[in-house]
Amino acid sequence: MSLLSSLSITVRYGTRTIVDRISFDVNEGDWLMIIGPNGAGKSTLVKAISQYIPHSGTAAFMGRDLRKMRPAERARAIGVLSQTHTLSYSFSVEEVVRLGRYAHSHGIFGSGSPDDDEHIKNALKITGLDHIARQSVLTLSGGEQQRTFLAQVLAQDPHILILDEPTNHLDMVYRKQMLDIISEWVKEPGRAVISVMHDLSLAKAYGNRALLMDRAQAIAQGSIEDVFSPENINRAYSLDVSAWMRSLLGQWG
Amino acid sequence: MKLRGEGFRLWEYLVFAAIMLAVFFLCVAVGSVSVPLDDTITIIWNTVLGKPIPADIVSPSIIASVRLPRVLCVALVGASLSICGAAMQGLLRNPLADGSTLGVSSGASLGAVIAIAFGISIPSLPLAGTVIMATAFAFLSLLIILGLSLRIDRSLSTNTIILIGVIFSMFTSSIMQVIITFAADRVQQITFWTMGSLSGSSYQNAVMLLVSLAICGGVILAHARELNAFAIGEENALHIGVNVKRVKLVILIAVSVLIGVCVSIGGTIGFVGLVTPHMVRMITGPNHKRLLPASLFGGAIFLMLADLVARMLLNPRQLPIGVVTSFIGALIFITIFFRTRRKIS
Repeated sequence: MSLLSSLSITVRYGTRTIVDRISFDVNEGDWLMIIGPNGAGKSTLVKAISQYIPHSGTAAFMGRDLRKMRPAERARAIGVLSQTHTLSYSFSVEEVVRLGRYAHSHGIFGSGSPDDDEHIKNALKITGLDHIARQSVLTLSGGEQQRTFLAQVLAQDPHILILDEPTNHLDMVYRKQMLDIISEWVKEPGRAVISVMHDLSLAKAYGNRALLMDRAQAIAQGSIEDVFSPENINRAYSLDVSAWMRSLLGQWG
Repeated sequence: MKLRGEGFRLWEYLVFAAIMLAVFFLCVAVGSVSVPLDDTITIIWNTVLGKPIPADIVSPSIIASVRLPRVLCVALVGASLSICGAAMQGLLRNPLADGSTLGVSSGASLGAVIAIAFGISIPSLPLAGTVIMATAFAFLSLLIILGLSLRIDRSLSTNTIILIGVIFSMFTSSIMQVIITFAADRVQQITFWTMGSLSGSSYQNAVMLLVSLAICGGVILAHARELNAFAIGEENALHIGVNVKRVKLVILIAVSVLIGVCVSIGGTIGFVGLVTPHMVRMITGPNHKRLLPASLFGGAIFLMLADLVARMLLNPRQLPIGVVTSFIGALIFITIFFRTRRKIS
């Protein structure tokens, strides 16, 4: 059985259709890259799958409808890392990461499970935040803030990681660091990643499967090699993408 | 690497409790007639145990039947309003949210005024009519204010909420004026609600405050982690598994009941829920596991001291307690507002 299967996901705002009947499956070990030009509906699609916005169609985790799960149960199945975070209070990095364990606690006052601290320490270590664990998140750079929330979702220990343009505001070094962390994470059994990606080179380098969207519809999906054919890409972006990229790289000699 | 725990340790609670008790005894002892501290403690102790008070102590009745219930009520109202303020500031991710700035308190007092003016009461349960009306109106006001704010701006920014709160307060006070015009025979009783005062509080009031604080405060304390999640962001709260809708509703109801009970006993005492959590946060940080309990103690201490100032500043005249809190509150409001504005620009 596939880890996550989406069937005919559709999102409408009034009369406009933002996501039009999109279906796909994600299996253990997959890293699905959702690509396509601006306004294609990529972010809306992942927001619908993570049950943040109303939609029709179903997304099911191991055959169970995500919409019908209790929130904590759903959070143990899927973890979501958003694009940006607006913070107003000076929580410490550790406090933000600790909230990732919320779905694993029980009792009225939410006594944590015994391995909480292990998960938190591990997440802080992997993301390289252990030396600033007590620092206020308000004093961090954009890259460090994004890594804090990555650490939170890693501490959450879900089966599927959903990322909405995770590296959007990051420079090249942080980008590589973050994607490397995720590609290590997905190697463990029972895990998969779905991410919206703008950068086609990174999508091709890290993903094994892809879903190409254009104007609310999936125009190609399958293995990364098949989807990234020049015909598909050039059609979606109305541009000879590989020629342009080659010319960009050509500058470096 | 060693992780840091979230809650307070026992000794920290003991320090808070000790400070609160010291302020409590001070406020009971000092007043228009000051009673020595050891005599005050004897009177309180003997009253609690039901023993007769030694004959050599002067004016024990002023302590036992006037000042003790008043200070008890002041402490409980302070604790209640503060934990409500802290909860709303977390829930709405807005350090300026409070019963008075949001207009919830004025909504509640409108409910209380309607109950008084039209004589809505439940036989054999004095105060129940005003309490129920005040609570219902507090909850309704919260729904209206948040509903309107959401329609204008989904992110519930500081400016929108405060503006709606101000407009809503003006709206309720205009309705109140209309009611006062019609219920001329009850004007004096009604003006009490608009001023905010806890003079003349009874033990019965204190019991009622204690029960509502125990229940609603308990509910709020039990949601400390959810409030942390909301304070970081509602979307993030949803993703980590918080039942966003249910938690929001539960907290809004708990806050409405607490504010409703406080308003029906003490009138609108402004800014307590703004000042205390703000000062407490400077010591404890924003984590609600520390912020909420510390706000309980801090609120009790702050309002008892404010009441002392109200009683002693122009002695033998008494100021309404709301005058003192609003004076301090307005200054702190401006400070926070400037700070958040500067952060944005």
